[in-house]
Amino acid sequence: MNPILVFCEQRDSRLKKVGLEALGEARRLAGGAGCEVVGIVIGASIASLAEELARHGASRVLVGEDPGLTRYSSETYTAMLGDAATRLQPVAILMGATAMGKDLAPKLAARLKTSLAQDCVALQMESDGSLLGTRPVYGGKLRAVVKAVTPALQVVTLRPNVFSPIEPKPASGIPIERLALQANPDRPRATVRDVQQTAGSKIELTEAGIIVSGGRGLKGPENFKLVEELAAAVGAAVGASRAAVDAGWKPHSYQVGLTGKTVSPQLYIACGISGAIQHQAGMSSARTIVAINNNPNAPIFKLATYGLVGDLFEVVPLLTEEVKKLKAGS
Amino acid sequence: MKIVVCVKQVPATESKLQLTTDGTDVNRSGLSFVINPYDEFAVEEALQIKERLGTGEVTVLSLRPHADQKPEEALRTCLAMGADKAVLLSDQAFDGADTFTTALVLASALRRLSFDLLLCGKQAVDDDGSAVGIQVAELLGLPHVAVVNKLEINQGARTVLAHRQIEGGIEVVEAPLPALITCQKGLNEPRYPSLPGIMKAKQKPLEVWTRDTLGLPAETIGVAGAKQRVVRLEPPPPRPAGRIIGGDAATAVKELVRLLHEEAKVI
Ligand SMILES: Cc1cc2nc3c(=O)[nH]c(=O)nc-3n(C[C@H](O)[C@H](O)[C@H](O)COP(=O)(O)OP(=O)(O)OC[C@H]3O[C@@H](n4cnc5c(N)ncnc54)[C@H](O)[C@@H]3O)c2cc1C
Ligand SMILES: Nc1ncnc2c1ncn2[C@@H]1O[C@H](COP(=O)(O)O)[C@@H](O)[C@H]1O
Repeated sequence: MNPILVFCEQRDSRLKKVGLEALGEARRLAGGAGCEVVGIVIGASIASLAEELARHGASRVLVGEDPGLTRYSSETYTAMLGDAATRLQPVAILMGATAMGKDLAPKLAARLKTSLAQDCVALQMESDGSLLGTRPVYGGKLRAVVKAVTPALQVVTLRPNVFSPIEPKPASGIPIERLALQANPDRPRATVRDVQQTAGSKIELTEAGIIVSGGRGLKGPENFKLVEELAAAVGAAVGASRAAVDAGWKPHSYQVGLTGKTVSPQLYIACGISGAIQHQAGMSSARTIVAINNNPNAPIFKLATYGLVGDLFEVVPLLTEEVKKLKAGS
Repeated sequence: MKIVVCVKQVPATESKLQLTTDGTDVNRSGLSFVINPYDEFAVEEALQIKERLGTGEVTVLSLRPHADQKPEEALRTCLAMGADKAVLLSDQAFDGADTFTTALVLASALRRLSFDLLLCGKQAVDDDGSAVGIQVAELLGLPHVAVVNKLEINQGARTVLAHRQIEGGIEVVEAPLPALITCQKGLNEPRYPSLPGIMKAKQKPLEVWTRDTLGLPAETIGVAGAKQRVVRLEPPPPRPAGRIIGGDAATAVKELVRLLHEEAKVI
């Protein structure tokens, strides 16, 4: 059986967790089908990352290293991955559904004239080697199970925090090959001129294991500190509903939902958020959901694993204290 | 500056969805449809660029995704917002497209239009494909910048400078024109069509192009050419029944923390 390719994104020589999750999932899929898992990493100073890929399940690693690749380039990455795919004829190409992955995967799929499934939350290998991808559609109201029209290959992005990496194991003697830089200087290209760190967001929402979000129930921007204190206590990222963002309490990068970010944390705590369908679209795949709301009929309670009907101005500070106590004790 | 905006008509986000009998699609009869919210940002941006530069032309382009839809309504709304002309791609042969064949047909139509800038939404909120814009650019051999929430046009240098959100930051990307941009919330506040706008829209040209117009072989497009098939649609797995934690706030909070620690094991 032909291999599964896994593109593992790095930024500033650090691998994204979702790349390791994709390797773990590829291993699981390959186990059934008996095919090779080829990890690919592209960037500037990345030689040391090859072994990390091997330890997380790659049986072979391709390294596209070039000093000119300090920043992402959709054109160069597509050319390099496209070249690898043409040579190795994989059954599937997996990568994380990150800003980079969601940008790269469609371009790559179009260049290879093949099927694309973005933001998958489950994958399954059929006995004939075709890959079924399950992905939320209609803002999470439905899921589509999709399949490449045979015998085409499938390009797949995986939602972060959903799949499990393997337990890392020593990996010596794994073949590591250089991937030639595909320059294509003739193609017009988009060039990243600058990368600006956003101030304040210590933990990125889409990667966070825990998120505490605030909504209109907070009544004003100054009260977001209640949410932030709780977030600091549990080690969470801070999110917001659209109502809170539209009111100018938080920038759009905090927004969770249909027109914001899709998140999939282990724990999502919604404070003063009603749980409109468009908000749910961004967070309904969270493992555990806690709702704090003073209206027992708020739709968020239909989704919540644990619901607390009460005044957030009373409940949230208590919760912060209780979490601090727990952390201090453990 | 000539700008073409790709606009998809999608079921209103509040729609109650029912599946077709074979379970591979949504039953569209009786649904109400709207302009894909991200495409509204794209239309607004095109209009603002034209207004800023004081010259230009904005064309809106829509491919009918399904026989039960009438995207001409969405196009008329765009014309009422201020777009100059509209092209509707409508043919049974286009129906049932996946993102690739959608991009293929749009790209083929775009080859017949002249443009300096192409704008799409970052995602259509029905199939949530997050692909078509980028794929159109690739098929046309154009650079793209995706998920953009700030856009500057440098007409003299014929370049665009776009901001896009990435994890923990912003990527500032430059591309030569013609280029394709996919639009994200934050870019602008879409306007509502004005009453005079709605009146004027009735006089504006709306052309309908079919497979014959584009001269595309039937086997390469629509469901026939699709690279991907929907095996089935299903509701998301039901969430395990939740529970309301009662009692006074202090007791309830203690119980919540215990459950999060011992039962859910998330803190
Ligand atoms: C096309 C479209 C896209 C959209 N995209 C998004 C999106 O991406 N994300 C998003 O979030 N929304 C989105 N929305 C908006 C969505 O429909 C809701 O309007 C929004 O989510 C409401 O935000 P909220 O829950 O903070 O506010 P509200 O709905 O006003 O809810 C506030 C909640 O706080 C509770 N509350 C008030 N005071 C207290 C208190 N003292 N203690 C405890 N609880 C209290 C109330 O009971 C209420 O349930 C979109 C809408 C449309 C049409
Ligand atoms: N049928 C269509 N007609 C016109 N534009 C479309 C169509 N489908 C997708 N698009 C464009 O591509 C974007 C992304 O769509 P998607 O990849 O389906 O999420 C949309 O926001 C539109 O700008």
